[in-house]
Amino acid sequence: MSARPAEFVSHGLNADALRADARRESLGLLGLCSPGLVLVGIIIVLPIGWLFWLSLFDENGQLSGANYARFVEQASYIRTFITTFEVAFLVTGLCVLIGYPLAYMLSQLPRRAASVCLIFVVLPFWTSVLVRTYAWLVILQRKGLVNTWLIDLGLISQPLPLAHNFAGVIIGMTHIMLPFLVLPLYASMKTIDADYLCAAMNLGAPPTAAFWQVFFPLSLPGLAAGVVIVFILCLGFFVTPALMGGGKVVMWAMRMEQTTGLYSNWGAGSALGVVLLAVTLGLLGLFRWLLGARATSVWGAR
Amino acid sequence: MTRKSRFVSALALTGLVGCIVPAALAAETITVASWGGSYQEAQSKAFFKPTADALGITIKEDTTNGLDDVRLQVTGNAVKWDLVELGADECARGTKEGLFEKLDYGQIDKSGIDPNLVHDDWIGITYYSVILIYNTDVFGKNGPKTWADFWNVEKFPGRRALGGAFATETLTVAAIADGVPLDKVYPLDIDRALKSVDKIRSHVDAWWTSGAQAMQLVKDGEVDMASIWNGRASTLKDQGAPVSYSYDQGVLTADCMVIPKGAKNKDAAMKALAMFLKPEIQANLPLYIANGPVNEKAFDTGKIPADKIPGINSAPENVKKQVLLDPAFWGDHLVEAQEKFDNLIQQ
Repeated sequence: MSARPAEFVSHGLNADALRADARRESLGLLGLCSPGLVLVGIIIVLPIGWLFWLSLFDENGQLSGANYARFVEQASYIRTFITTFEVAFLVTGLCVLIGYPLAYMLSQLPRRAASVCLIFVVLPFWTSVLVRTYAWLVILQRKGLVNTWLIDLGLISQPLPLAHNFAGVIIGMTHIMLPFLVLPLYASMKTIDADYLCAAMNLGAPPTAAFWQVFFPLSLPGLAAGVVIVFILCLGFFVTPALMGGGKVVMWAMRMEQTTGLYSNWGAGSALGVVLLAVTLGLLGLFRWLLGARATSVWGAR
Repeated sequence: MTRKSRFVSALALTGLVGCIVPAALAAETITVASWGGSYQEAQSKAFFKPTADALGITIKEDTTNGLDDVRLQVTGNAVKWDLVELGADECARGTKEGLFEKLDYGQIDKSGIDPNLVHDDWIGITYYSVILIYNTDVFGKNGPKTWADFWNVEKFPGRRALGGAFATETLTVAAIADGVPLDKVYPLDIDRALKSVDKIRSHVDAWWTSGAQAMQLVKDGEVDMASIWNGRASTLKDQGAPVSYSYDQGVLTADCMVIPKGAKNKDAAMKALAMFLKPEIQANLPLYIANGPVNEKAFDTGKIPADKIPGINSAPENVKKQVLLDPAFWGDHLVEAQEKFDNLIQQ
């Protein structure tokens, strides 16, 4: 709006009036933005700053690095930290493997069929995470549906360990995260003009080459947006690992809950939050650098 | 899920009562938080309903996960409960943090209650035990009978679950498994107990965090043996699950009740608590679940049928077989031990 060609403003007869107009408009826009900015400042920036401040004091209120020293001293902190990122990477990877073909299929279907199929993606999305996690527990446990069927079919003699362990957490979380990848990806795939693909094939590209050299690069912004959403949600996930992990898959969110709730050590809990935030931001930076500005412009420019 | 649905129905119920009773007659309402599941259902029939009827008040129910809930409400200045049930170890710890209101022993009659469980700001309410349960479909009659058996993975192969959120109980059990005689368990050698946990931890398939979860793990055959609270064990057996358990080497411990500091209906809560502790009300509990009354005089009321007594964990015969968890010891060591224990099992 404000990108008015310069010559009109500077050489026009009513230049002053136009300039004042422009100034008034940008002030108006700032005014419109400010409630949002103030809200973000109060409910996000301030608490995070306070969190950081809290993490610098030990239990006796003395300024110290004790809350951060724990990470090196206690094997459990390192273990839960690694677990958190193992889960986040694995779930994100699985979501891409399953979600990309699904989104591609949806984007190629006729409109009506696509909306019917989308319902199957969105419906679980509207169901409570708690309910879906308990459902997976029923399906995956030792005497659950999957194991009972496999044993009855004679495919296995001993039940597979699918619940109360790492595998259970991964299965449950992948199911919950999938829509967060499919929806942005589908939206971006729908905007890719089919004429590009026709043009590529017209120029002699076989279908696979047309897909990989034309369609795939164009879908990258949507994929990147989905990957980032899924990855970040995974890092802070609580319910599914707590229920499906059998107390053995402990992620950082659970560790934070224990530290603040059970030991009532808010400084140590804050330090956990600060480290997770720093590592996440670092990873996002790396991710952005790796994929290049073009692919990540979706969240970079907005 | 049952927890939530019960809470909702309790809300609905109080809403309904609120409509029927005219505002002028509307009695006082207090909120009691306990441990949920089959235990709280029994407690509701045994304690809450008769007390509400006798005092003409409304008792709303909620569930708690323990001391951390109370701490958050009190330190956050948002106390929504008037009475909370906790483990005695948690009460001993909470006293040190100043989280509870002083109790009025002019109203509460403490005779018949073990003096170890009577304090300025907390008092025992029921007994529960941590016991060993095993699946008889897997082991027949020759399942693990002692904690040493539970720790013996060669003689008793199978899937195991232990309490993960209640370090005091699991550490006590671990000390017994390591060969400490029952009368020498307290004061507990925490480091020895932790070493004992270290030996079994790679063979533990699930660390349960609530009584309902322990029940579910055993009921669904997800584990073959587990530590479990006796009330949940007796409920499983009543439901026909293929399980066996006894009070041998159980950890007998008390639950306590407190009024969180800043509770809104303190006076009514005090009256209700005094009522819960009366022998006639206490004697109701064994009619619904195998947890023992904290007031010994309950056994003299004649309300408890003779054939029920051998199944009650605090009956004199059963007390002899168990070790008594020492709340005073845990008042000093609870947080430190819980953190060490978590660090160990999360490695």
